[in-house]
Amino acid sequence: MTEIQRHSFDVLVIGAGGAGLRAAIEARTAGQKTAIISKSLFGKAHTVMAEGGAAAAMGNVNSRDNWQVHFRDTMRGGKFLNHYRMAELHAKEAPDRIWELETYGALFDRTKDGKISQRNFGGHEYPRLAHVGDRTGLEMIRTLQQKIVSLQQDDKRESGSFESKLKIFHETTILELLVNRGRIAGAFGYVRETGEFVLFEAPAVVLATGGIGKSFKVTSNSWEYTGDGHALALRAGASLVNMEFVQFHPTGMVWPPSVKGILVTESVRGDGGVLTNSEGKRFMFDYIPDVFKNQYATTEAEGDRWYTDPDNNKRPPELLPRDEVARAINSEVKAGRGSPHGGVFLDVSSRMKAEEIIKRLPSMHHQFKELADVDITAEPMEVGPTCHYVMGGIEVDPDTQESRVSGLFAAGEVSGGMHGSNRLGGNSLSDLLVFGKRAGEHAARYAAGLENRPEPEEAEVAKLSEYATGLLSDQAVEGAENPYTLQSDLQQVMNDLVGIIRRAGELEEALKKLAELRKRAETVRAVGGRAYNPGWHLAMDLRNMFIVSECVAMAALERSESRGGHTREDNPGMDPNWRKVNLICSIGESGVALKRQPLPEMPVELMSLFDRGELSKYLTEGELEEFDAAVAAADTGKDGDKS
Amino acid sequence: MSTRHFRVWRGDDEGGQLTDYQVEVNEGEVVLDIIHRLQATQAPDLAVRWNCKAGKCGSCSAEINGKPRLLCMTRMSTFTSEETVTVTPLRNFPITRDLVTDVSYNYEKARAMPAFEPPADLEPGEYRMQQVDVERSQEFRKCIECFLCQNVCHVTRDHEENKAAFSGPRLFIRAAELDMHPLDARTDRKDFAQHDQGIGYCNITKCCTEVCPEHIKITDNAIIPMKERVVDRKYDPLVWLGRKIFRRDQLTG
Repeated sequence: MTEIQRHSFDVLVIGAGGAGLRAAIEARTAGQKTAIISKSLFGKAHTVMAEGGAAAAMGNVNSRDNWQVHFRDTMRGGKFLNHYRMAELHAKEAPDRIWELETYGALFDRTKDGKISQRNFGGHEYPRLAHVGDRTGLEMIRTLQQKIVSLQQDDKRESGSFESKLKIFHETTILELLVNRGRIAGAFGYVRETGEFVLFEAPAVVLATGGIGKSFKVTSNSWEYTGDGHALALRAGASLVNMEFVQFHPTGMVWPPSVKGILVTESVRGDGGVLTNSEGKRFMFDYIPDVFKNQYATTEAEGDRWYTDPDNNKRPPELLPRDEVARAINSEVKAGRGSPHGGVFLDVSSRMKAEEIIKRLPSMHHQFKELADVDITAEPMEVGPTCHYVMGGIEVDPDTQESRVSGLFAAGEVSGGMHGSNRLGGNSLSDLLVFGKRAGEHAARYAAGLENRPEPEEAEVAKLSEYATGLLSDQAVEGAENPYTLQSDLQQVMNDLVGIIRRAGELEEALKKLAELRKRAETVRAVGGRAYNPGWHLAMDLRNMFIVSECVAMAALERSESRGGHTREDNPGMDPNWRKVNLICSIGESGVALKRQPLPEMPVELMSLFDRGELSKYLTEGELEEFDAAVAAADTGKDGDKS
Repeated sequence: MSTRHFRVWRGDDEGGQLTDYQVEVNEGEVVLDIIHRLQATQAPDLAVRWNCKAGKCGSCSAEINGKPRLLCMTRMSTFTSEETVTVTPLRNFPITRDLVTDVSYNYEKARAMPAFEPPADLEPGEYRMQQVDVERSQEFRKCIECFLCQNVCHVTRDHEENKAAFSGPRLFIRAAELDMHPLDARTDRKDFAQHDQGIGYCNITKCCTEVCPEHIKITDNAIIPMKERVVDRKYDPLVWLGRKIFRRDQLTG
């Protein structure tokens, strides 16, 4: 057996995107010795791909904005399945988290009076997204990265070492969390560069590993998005909530084939871009669902006026939440009104001057020019849905971000509840700051408060190193499965059978095929040596992808309604009874187990932020009666106070 | 679809060689697609760094036919059908394996660079800056840290011994970015660029600007102004006096 590197920390943050870096900053600032585990190089995380911006009700562009309006928009976007408390905390704390970034050196675009500028986005009532052109994610990751470096410089001045309190392990992957009697004891993984195993002893772990998109064929996600955190949490005894909700971003590139799925930012629509079909029609006007009828323009003229006079006009339906737009595009293509390469047209060239486009959407201009030979200042883009984000994730306490396992915390995309059945654009960058900070803070508090620390079990460590070593062989093994082929087959299954439009029969077939793939995966072998061997790394990632895909398919089969990022062709409507249900995945004795659990009830003061007419579109009769009674009781109480 | 000839450097820090492959190429593909196809079909352990595959993360830097490029942003249509495509690792950094190099030099230089210092008199939320003023620094914050500029710079490319005293173009634009940041409280960015980063070694051949995939005008907008101001400040007594009297932003505004 190869030797195992050993390290000891107070807080271990797994994942070096926005949520992980923000958590690490908080844990280190709280005085805990913290490590960041990054699957890639430091600063390359998937957060750099975020384009549009970070939503925070600062009210810089429209002073009517406030946390209540943001909260309402978030709940609407999630079709009321969000954990109300997370949506509330998020809306309240996002502005402080954005302003804080300026003290780290971030340079957002500005308003005329010198404040942070905010842009329009789908589902947000007012201009709300702090942004830097269309490269906001890059600015955030760089800002957090540089803040971490500055903390290391402080440590160097104090202790003589950059890494005395905050260390980054780049290109290191965690294979398993180590749990001792229900409490986190550490984590086991490998250094990609050398293939060496590494054991981290740590009583508190923050999972911030992002999403699962790499299990789908057409995706905007990078290779790292293999559901590691979801799977690690499951195997450690934690639970996942509402994994059926997967966001297909309406606008990914569709051509050329090699770039299919790469994101086209929603800012294109926020800044005036329109969607048309092959007949030149702005088809989104035909797809405004009942629940949003009062909030969107019904004529092109009104929609166009909104860009310059938002107070007196309604927004165009191109800015409906992502699930609605993605379904509409899917329907248009299916009806034979698609573009030559199987998408629809997204045009800014007829809506803005060329120099304006280059200024506001520089990376889109660059991306289309370099990858597709398309000049977006002169011609429309072709776009179609792409797997982008998973709303489901680790079930956590909304205030502390702690999972069911003591010492295990989660933040960002890997955690669940915040976005309900569909995430609004811009709510991810703010989510990862708000809950990254909270997770770091509470992980630090938990670690500091422990009297004794659980120790990793050596037998478990030996088993893991044996498992990982067993997947590797010097030479091709007769009859062994190729990890690349398995991954490609998995992506095809998820794309075809658990994709944007779902049916019970296909989901059942998906589960069957997933079982077959898992069986095949038992003989997977990677060829080559231990040092930087991507085939071996993929072979180890695969088991995470399989278990998470199974959760998605099982939950999608169970939820017999359509809501947000879960569309069942055989159950097309939204069912108020299902709104009261969270689907919880965990690992039981015979593999993945699914159960129903009541959604936490929203307190009446938050419920009262909506008018009754709107609530009646989401709630059951019984819930409405309870709401009316609670409102009446509150009114009586108030009258009583007055008298 | 066609079959093309690729030569890819395989090996590690002890040595290696160019390996020939015949590989399928489809319409619209980029070099990274072909590397991935090699992994899936002929060379499962071929080491390559990549993440976003959209030119945004700066991970897949390598040299293609001797030119520093991002693998994901180099389209196969830029080569003739007869042309052999040779892919080698970045030359200026130690080899880890195959196309992967050890780029820790860049992170060490970044760690030596004093961080943004927030203005003492402003609380979070009170920062006010004009768009025109932030744009100068924003140009440099477009940097995706692909390190192609660090790779091509001949101050270190041909002289390993200069690395100790020379931070390279990536860090010069970081210095310029902070120098031009409207609210950075430090006033010694230029001194640092000269004394600690070795900006004086640069003789403005613009190789860095030429390879920058983000088209940042590294030489014209960052290095030259930083050099000029270093000179101004060091040798011009009037400027020196001005600095004692005026605030820095009024002087350079």
